[in-house]
Amino acid sequence: MSFTIIGTGSALPKTIQTNEDLAQFLDTSHNWIVSRTGIEARHICVDESILDIALEASVNALENAQIKPAELDLIICPTLGGDTVTPSLACLIQEQLGATCPSFDLNAACSGFVYGLDVADAYFARNDDLKILVIAVDAMSKLVDWQDRGTAVLFGDGAGAAVLASGKSLKAIQLTAVGNQHALSIPWPKGNHPLTKLQTNPAPYLLMDGPEVYRFAVAAICSDLRSVAKAAGIELADIDYIIPHQANLRIIEGAAKRLKLPMDKFVLRVNGCGNTSAASIPLVLDELNRNKTFKPGTRIALTAFGGGLTTGACVIEWA
Amino acid sequence: MVLEKVVEILRNYKDEQDLEVTMDSTFEELELDSLDTVELVMEIEEAFDTSIEMDGEIKTIGDVVTLIEKAIA
Repeated sequence: MSFTIIGTGSALPKTIQTNEDLAQFLDTSHNWIVSRTGIEARHICVDESILDIALEASVNALENAQIKPAELDLIICPTLGGDTVTPSLACLIQEQLGATCPSFDLNAACSGFVYGLDVADAYFARNDDLKILVIAVDAMSKLVDWQDRGTAVLFGDGAGAAVLASGKSLKAIQLTAVGNQHALSIPWPKGNHPLTKLQTNPAPYLLMDGPEVYRFAVAAICSDLRSVAKAAGIELADIDYIIPHQANLRIIEGAAKRLKLPMDKFVLRVNGCGNTSAASIPLVLDELNRNKTFKPGTRIALTAFGGGLTTGACVIEWA
Repeated sequence: MVLEKVVEILRNYKDEQDLEVTMDSTFEELELDSLDTVELVMEIEEAFDTSIEMDGEIKTIGDVVTLIEKAIA
């Protein structure tokens, strides 16, 4: 027995920045960004803390699942980091919700939501009478260099959540990791001990080798989807909706072409949100759940890739 | 011949069948940025059923042709 998704939720910060808005302070243009990424706008935390959007998504998911915070047995928060290094964001979400369960953050970058589902699956293997909240949130706007037109335009902020209960929806799931600091990294400030000042203290902003990440991402989507479909005992053509990590339209197009799958099998929302890291997949999941796209038996594949380098994919049959 | 195949892939990618391409043509001259370059290299790799390292500097069509020729030798 594994889990079924009994509720979803999401939240985006109010402030929207279009490509034209970014062109006011970066040497870039709407056409340049759209042709290379498919991104038209992104939401940025201006008035909201990271906890605020995480909490909003969590509350929405619990309402959608029709359960109370006190019923939760575990909160997993896939994130690159919240407003504080400690307490973890998961603990602050727990406090604000009024839940009493164990809570922790999980860092698998953009693959975080699928990593969170895999961890949850293991908890259900131990005890199938559980309710678990997986709340994925990232505020990439706080982690990119807003003077670097090559990376800043790619990202946005958001939160997406799912409430899991015992069930048979998860048909197959798999994770990968290949440690690689060169392709994508975000250095952390290293404190101000006088001796550490003698060492290089890199600016704490995202660094990315775009071409290397592109190659990694296209290959990851192709191999992960093939193997997770095989593990689920189905053909790729049997999947109704593929929800890929929404990083860049051209990555998804490159993968679809190689998999010989029509683009309309892939749910695309990169245009309005940019790359929201761990939140990108559950944001789409919540939208399709709420607009009743999913019916009992609908087959959904999630496929994620990100810093680490990590990847994760799964097949879910909607209950 | 590797160059001919690479030129064919490039012309299809740019959708310009009369595009002038030589070994010395740079990606910059062909108005291809780093994202275009990686997409093209992946298509070329698939056409020759091989893979090349992109760690080194790939600036010209000749650079890609040389790397492919080495890989399939």
